[in-house]
Amino acid sequence: MNIHEYQAKALLKSFGAPVAEGVPILDAAQAPAAADQLGGPVWVVKSQIHAGGRGKGKFKELGPDAKGGVRLAFSKDEVLAHVGEMLGNTLVTKQTGEAGKQVNRLYLEDGADIDRELYCSLLVNRETGRVSFVASTEGGMDIEAVAEETPDKIHTIDIHPDTGVDADAVAKLNAAFALDGAAAKDGATLFPILYKAFTEKDMSLLEINPLIVMKDGHLRVLDAKVSFDGNALFRHPDVMELRDETEEDDKEIEASKYDLAYVALDGDIGCMVNGAGLAMATMDIIKLYGKEPANFLDVGGGATTEKVTAAFKIITADPNVKGILVNIFGGIMRCDVIAEGVVQAVKDVGLKVPLVVRLEGTKVEEGKAIINQSGLNVIAADDLDDAAQKIVKAVG
Amino acid sequence: MSIIVDKDTKIIVQGLTGKTGTFHTEQALAYHGTQMVAGIHPKKGGETWTAGEGAGPAAGTDLPIFTTVAEAKEATGANASVVYVPPAGAAAAIIEAIDAEIPFITCITEGIPVQDMVKVKARLETSNSRLLGPNCPGIMTPDECKIGIMPGSIFKKGNVGIVSRSGTLTYEAVFQTTNEGLGQTTAVGIGGDPVKGTEFIDVLELFLGDEETTSIIMIGEIGGSAEEDAAQFLADEKKKGRWKPTVGFIAGRTAPPGRTMGHAGAVISGGKGGAEDKIAAMEAVGIAVSPSPAQLGKTLVNVLNG
Repeated sequence: MNIHEYQAKALLKSFGAPVAEGVPILDAAQAPAAADQLGGPVWVVKSQIHAGGRGKGKFKELGPDAKGGVRLAFSKDEVLAHVGEMLGNTLVTKQTGEAGKQVNRLYLEDGADIDRELYCSLLVNRETGRVSFVASTEGGMDIEAVAEETPDKIHTIDIHPDTGVDADAVAKLNAAFALDGAAAKDGATLFPILYKAFTEKDMSLLEINPLIVMKDGHLRVLDAKVSFDGNALFRHPDVMELRDETEEDDKEIEASKYDLAYVALDGDIGCMVNGAGLAMATMDIIKLYGKEPANFLDVGGGATTEKVTAAFKIITADPNVKGILVNIFGGIMRCDVIAEGVVQAVKDVGLKVPLVVRLEGTKVEEGKAIINQSGLNVIAADDLDDAAQKIVKAVG
Repeated sequence: MSIIVDKDTKIIVQGLTGKTGTFHTEQALAYHGTQMVAGIHPKKGGETWTAGEGAGPAAGTDLPIFTTVAEAKEATGANASVVYVPPAGAAAAIIEAIDAEIPFITCITEGIPVQDMVKVKARLETSNSRLLGPNCPGIMTPDECKIGIMPGSIFKKGNVGIVSRSGTLTYEAVFQTTNEGLGQTTAVGIGGDPVKGTEFIDVLELFLGDEETTSIIMIGEIGGSAEEDAAQFLADEKKKGRWKPTVGFIAGRTAPPGRTMGHAGAVISGGKGGAEDKIAAMEAVGIAVSPSPAQLGKTLVNVLNG
């Protein structure tokens, strides 16, 4: 689960991290008071969407010469002009895709005197099984480009869960960021704070790009991107409240209510599969036979008839879907449960497109019998190859 | 021979009394009498669990329930445990098994917070226990031992060693090798979580050392670099003269970057973890990578026929 920059900064501030003063703006009428509250002389107006590359992004509704999604202002009038141009318009960045994202929230922040921009993130390093800092002196830019062109400028520092960020880790981080004097002293306080926030709140990513050294020699968190581990949200009701559903796909929200793993894609063959690997492989084989999947959908291991029905409804609600492939290899999942769910869903919402069903594994005979006796117009398939060929042919 | 588990493996069930634990313990008992020896429940120690109809010929089997893993191990001589405990308590259950010095622990539970697994991983490093999973289908040696949730009916004793990050694709590989008449020595599902116990390399090492395993199927997916690491391991072993015909598959060729595909681990991020790099690394070692998940068995037959 992702949150907005202003929410991430408020969270980090509550742990004691140095962030600039700022005020979120959800309505243009709030802008004058926000500008007065901060007082200037430099303000930054920042679009709040769940995507990166905002500074270089372009607003669809404005001309190609208009400024991007993060803007500097040197007077209150300038702040208000920017707010007027940005709020409600659609920002297209390299991470949003061509459709862009509507900017429904802005964050107005105090400007900072920047001396150096650093890159700092925390994540779970799957290669070592540790929480790691990723540190680079090359902040403010695309870190993936830095990793590609100058990998020696990126340092990964693992933290052992028993010791946390100890003096040794602080020394390594200060060296990686080339910090000294006041900034190094700030680092000794900031790095343990970031680690504490990351672990206590079960974050999966905490990215500060840039972390800045200001002209006065102190550190400040200038931007913050935070994602949380969806599996740990059950123990963080306070984090759940930060969710902004307007940033998410409607079908994905519906799927999450039923604990279904669903990702909307651009093709026209809807898929319902058990297991993430088999679901990806089903997408791959559809492509292999010349078509594109409309979605990734993993009904998981312990699906009920109700869950399968919900999954089927989500797939059929997508107007792009011209055919549906159900591919189940039951282990923990029983084929009869899947079959009952599919039959129930078709009774509820009807079936306007071809449906191919391939069942294998636990209770497969019972499952096939339920489909056969339902009287539904279902194309049965024997194996994965057969199923993929049949749905591709049926869609035409 | 087989790897890790066989007919002598004695298994404790952590989370036996729940619905999932009960269903799969009955299935295990029904499968050639897999030696399930005890259950754990912090409040139901001293009670007895009785297998229902699901256990087939083993219906009516009684298993003692103990309060702790250590007590159960002491009383039964168990050398393995399987964890069906729900996500919030699963990491604590694994750590309890590590502390009780259970040599082989399998965790089926899906959805464990990743930072809980960071703590488990640190504990594993200073122990002699091997962990399989979490979020995995378990391990099976045909006709001898079934730990976890794999469907027993698709297995056949044979010579292919199967290792997979994806549960249901493990079943595909098993099913197809059975249909081709090859059968399996052992099938191991290592699970799709980013932080886990057993990795590809650990299992490949065992398959290379197992006389009865004459070929290998390895199934990976997008995300991370475990497949590249495994390919490097096989390349190094090949230079030492250790090699067995191997077929590979990588799920997620069509997955868009930046979107997590169900498994917390299945995501292409930072330009790393894409399918094409993994396939190239595997092919460079001489692994025959099947373009289709439906052709695993046939690809292996072609490799074996030269």
